[in-house]
Amino acid sequence: MNALDGMLESLSAVHVDAAALADPRTSHVVVDGHCVVSRRAVPGVEVRVDESADGVTLELVVAEDARIENPIHTCIGFLGPRGAQRIAVRLRLGPRASATMLAHCLFPNAVFGSHDMDASVELGAGAALRYREGHYHGLAGGMTVRPRIAVRVGPGARYFSDFLLTEGRVGRLEIGQRVEVADDGVAEVIARVFGRGDDDIRVRDELVLAGKASRGLIKTRIALEEDARAEVIGVTRGQAEGARGHMDCMELVRDRAVARAEPIVEVSHPLAKVTHEAAVGTVDQAQLETLMAHGLSPEEAIDVIVTGILR
Amino acid sequence: MALLEIRQLVFRVDGTTILDGVDLAIGGSEIHALLGANGAGKSTLARIVMGCSGYAPTSGAVRFLDRDIGALAMHERARLGVTMAWQEPARIEGLPVRDYLALRPAGIEAADCLRAVGLDPAVYLERALDKTLSGGERKRVELASILAMKPRLAILDEPAAGIDLPSIEEIEEVILGFRRAGGSVLLISHVEPVARMADRASFLRGGRIAFSGDPAEAAERYKSARANPALEARKA
Repeated sequence: MNALDGMLESLSAVHVDAAALADPRTSHVVVDGHCVVSRRAVPGVEVRVDESADGVTLELVVAEDARIENPIHTCIGFLGPRGAQRIAVRLRLGPRASATMLAHCLFPNAVFGSHDMDASVELGAGAALRYREGHYHGLAGGMTVRPRIAVRVGPGARYFSDFLLTEGRVGRLEIGQRVEVADDGVAEVIARVFGRGDDDIRVRDELVLAGKASRGLIKTRIALEEDARAEVIGVTRGQAEGARGHMDCMELVRDRAVARAEPIVEVSHPLAKVTHEAAVGTVDQAQLETLMAHGLSPEEAIDVIVTGILR
Repeated sequence: MALLEIRQLVFRVDGTTILDGVDLAIGGSEIHALLGANGAGKSTLARIVMGCSGYAPTSGAVRFLDRDIGALAMHERARLGVTMAWQEPARIEGLPVRDYLALRPAGIEAADCLRAVGLDPAVYLERALDKTLSGGERKRVELASILAMKPRLAILDEPAAGIDLPSIEEIEEVILGFRRAGGSVLLISHVEPVARMADRASFLRGGRIAFSGDPAEAAERYKSARANPALEARKA
């Protein structure tokens, strides 16, 4: 099996049909290690790639006023048991452009390896981006994955991101995301992760509500079992008149797992408002009993609750 | 044979007696109203019957279908045919109403259950069972989940609480329909008008059943007790 077929086949681990990438109306980039094995641009989407032994740089540009119907797929990872991958991504949406980007990070056979991604995202005035990043790191727990993302949301632009890693092992995950929102912009940053074994999860999301009437949400859902650990730091800065921010962190722990949540709120304008809620603990007894009263065993009930918070 | 039989049930916690020798029996296809003031022990009794964590009786027996269910876990009791709708049902993030109604399906369409409680399936089937539902909506979904399960006995703790007044008759009709289909209901309430739809009613006071029998009489005694709390305190 060649690298392209292998990467496409592994898309099933994140419940994506590889046929979506074969559609000629769909823009995509497929990267195995430091090798770009497939790419396609469509009208309105410019795709540039630069490969070297040190890493791959992807540049995706969505033209001003372009409305991209089909999601843009990036399928990045490596197929071997070991590897070290460095990826730089530059994504720009011109003013009033709109697109959905589905990023698949796949290491289906990894025993030991690393993936470092530095991404910068810029949304022009009135642009809209839905960005969904689904990960699968295999079953060994030997991956270290460090996505670092800097996002600038322009005036009136909308940015929705959703990070999902709920199947297989996590290994070590260090997410660092900073989102700066201009006047009337909206940003929603969601992360959902299920840690098992000795998985180690670190999430730091920072939302800077710099513009007037900017709005933002950081939402984190982490479920942990066995000896997994997680630390979630959410930072929201309200810096302008009418800025509204909220952080909502829930971490569910079982067995010997340990979770820590640290919401940081900084408001530097008297007419800005930021709220937060955090719940860290075991499964809620009332939820458990509600489901058990419907005939579910404790194990079945916990599965339903965990699936729900990660959905 | 009674469907549910509670014998000499005592429940003490931290030296306080909550239930002090409760006897109660509910037959098949019977709506039994359990009346009592706040703190009388009604919800405690319901939790003991259901087998909730921390609610093992101090003494006495709970029998269902002529079987002592005291040693059964909550889900085992539910599988035998007894379930409960809480006064404030839990919210479960990310769980669609459709899935909730299908947890233990009894062959009744989820959409039909929602319609029966006055909720439009087109609107509610895909809604999550989370805080975006109002208190009244959540109560209706809970009632719909009882219909979907079709248990032999449904314990309904204050089913009308949080329901808007014009809709209370609608909820009563749902409960009567459940009884007509062969189900029994232990209907817990602190307001006496609910007794009007019951076949029998009991009045819980001071941890004991002060009266059990005709619903109108139970309601009258409860009303009288509420009007004379000092006298009732001495009786207790």
